[in-house]
Amino acid sequence: MSDHEYTPSSKFGKWFNDRLPLLTLANHLTDYPTPKNLNYWWTFGGILTFCLITQIVTGLVLAMHYIAHADMAFSSVEHIMRDVNYGWLLRYVHANGASMFFLAVYIHIFRSLFYGSYKSPREIIWILGIIIYLLMMAAAFMGYVLPWGQMSFWGATVITNLFSAIPLVGESITTWLWGGYSVDNPTLTRFFTLHYLIPFLILGLVVLHIWALHVPGNNNPVGIDIKKPSKDTVPFHPYIVIKDAFALLMFCIVFALFVFYQPNILGHADNYIEADPLVTPAHIVPEWYLLPFYAILRSVPDKLMGVVAMLSAILILAALPWLDTSKVRSAVFRPLFRQFYWILVADVLILGYVGAMPAEGLYLLIARVATAYYFAHFLIILPVLGWKEKTTPLPLSITEPVLGGSPNLAAARSDEKIEKTIK
Amino acid sequence: MSDQKDEKKTNRRDFLFTATAAAGVVGVGAAVWPLVDQMNPDASVKALASTEVDVSSMQPGQSLTVLWRGKPVFIKRRTEDEIKKARTVDINDLKHPEKDEDRAKNPEWLVMLGICTHLGCVPLTDKGDYDGWFCPCHGSHYDTSGRIRKGPAPTNMEIPKYEFVNTNTIKIG
Repeated sequence: MSDHEYTPSSKFGKWFNDRLPLLTLANHLTDYPTPKNLNYWWTFGGILTFCLITQIVTGLVLAMHYIAHADMAFSSVEHIMRDVNYGWLLRYVHANGASMFFLAVYIHIFRSLFYGSYKSPREIIWILGIIIYLLMMAAAFMGYVLPWGQMSFWGATVITNLFSAIPLVGESITTWLWGGYSVDNPTLTRFFTLHYLIPFLILGLVVLHIWALHVPGNNNPVGIDIKKPSKDTVPFHPYIVIKDAFALLMFCIVFALFVFYQPNILGHADNYIEADPLVTPAHIVPEWYLLPFYAILRSVPDKLMGVVAMLSAILILAALPWLDTSKVRSAVFRPLFRQFYWILVADVLILGYVGAMPAEGLYLLIARVATAYYFAHFLIILPVLGWKEKTTPLPLSITEPVLGGSPNLAAARSDEKIEKTIK
Repeated sequence: MSDQKDEKKTNRRDFLFTATAAAGVVGVGAAVWPLVDQMNPDASVKALASTEVDVSSMQPGQSLTVLWRGKPVFIKRRTEDEIKKARTVDINDLKHPEKDEDRAKNPEWLVMLGICTHLGCVPLTDKGDYDGWFCPCHGSHYDTSGRIRKGPAPTNMEIPKYEFVNTNTIKIG
């Protein structure tokens, strides 16, 4: 938050800004003081905004050619691939864009977990993020149903049947979701409508997410509170803008590799077979980004409890700011937490792997152990660590660890010089 | 200030607030209900309530899958051996205890919804540890009576309403 009042230089600008302070907002966004030690893990917020816009734009044009009807959806997607000008490109960007979106959001979430960005005073930012993540999963799931292939149909059947686990009203809810007695045309048309709606809900939540971020300002790799603006901060433009732009270009290279060289590697061949309500594919798996939760669902032998476990695995994240009792944010100063953090990363990767495998024998056993550990991490390890762990001393400022040693006079002076050259 | 004594008492204004709020809730509810109910099965979906199937060409051991209300229905003409297996099971061993006699009125014919009660996949016929059905999605095993024996499914496969119109035709629904 810059303290100074902004006044537009031109007369018209002043006239306009007095009536609608858009220029004040633009000035706030460009001058917004950012910790100067932000590393590349902090560039994924910008990358995610890019992903959202890419999905909205490509989705909008795909909707001009797609037909949401059980008899025509499958062939309309093939029509997009074969006949529509650049249709193949638009569809591959949209389909792989979903995967890229989740790749970026997982890095973004795990960055928060490592540097303690979810802790006070940033709980609301974190919870808004979890809601966005839930909506992303809903949008991705419904989007995957639209091509009306075998995986679309049976994925939709399995996921909507999760609601039938609810006692007493489960069956009625499932019928209501379907608009019939099985996944069929009414289901497809409503999924299309909701798939179109959700990205705009996400867009609104992203605005709130950024708004909530701009109240306390960014967390940083050291995880300490800093004064804003001060010699520990740089203005968002041009410093962060250029860093974000560079990271985005690198990200786009990876994106392009998928789109142009392996556009189907993240999908399933079964989805190029039209939906058939009489034949279930031998091996149903969701898209890669949902696999850890799918593994948790299957690791519980009871239907209702499996669904409860899967939902809890996501919702437990919303309680994280209160489950992690440590006052120190960054894992850099938490030697024990750091080890458990990497175990959790491995645990989630293992869950993802067994989620893609058949649920039997050794895989099932691994899935059960990994599920138990996942919950233990949040419910036991984190609360206990906050009390037991001996953290290493925090620096007094961002500048201190960079210059090495305690902030002495010489260091402070050279720091001032740096500030001047930056300006 | 003379009203102070009456503060706790319910007066006519409180009654008006409550009545207005109650009327408002009813009104909003009535306005929202059509928006919710439009998602339930419509008249054209409900109209496809029954299907007739000709089973004259089926031999013992064969099974047939037909579509009823968008869902697969298994019709199985069971062999002597399969009937024996289904009827000799101790009912107390079952996760969802149901007698085979109640599931298949005519022991030779088993008619049931071919939908796994776990998450709705279509199980594979003549597979699994109990020679009945096996669901490839999450590994539920069903016996020759379509009863759940092993795996995550909570109940036996459902028996729809059906009747023999004549010896060769089954009417489902």
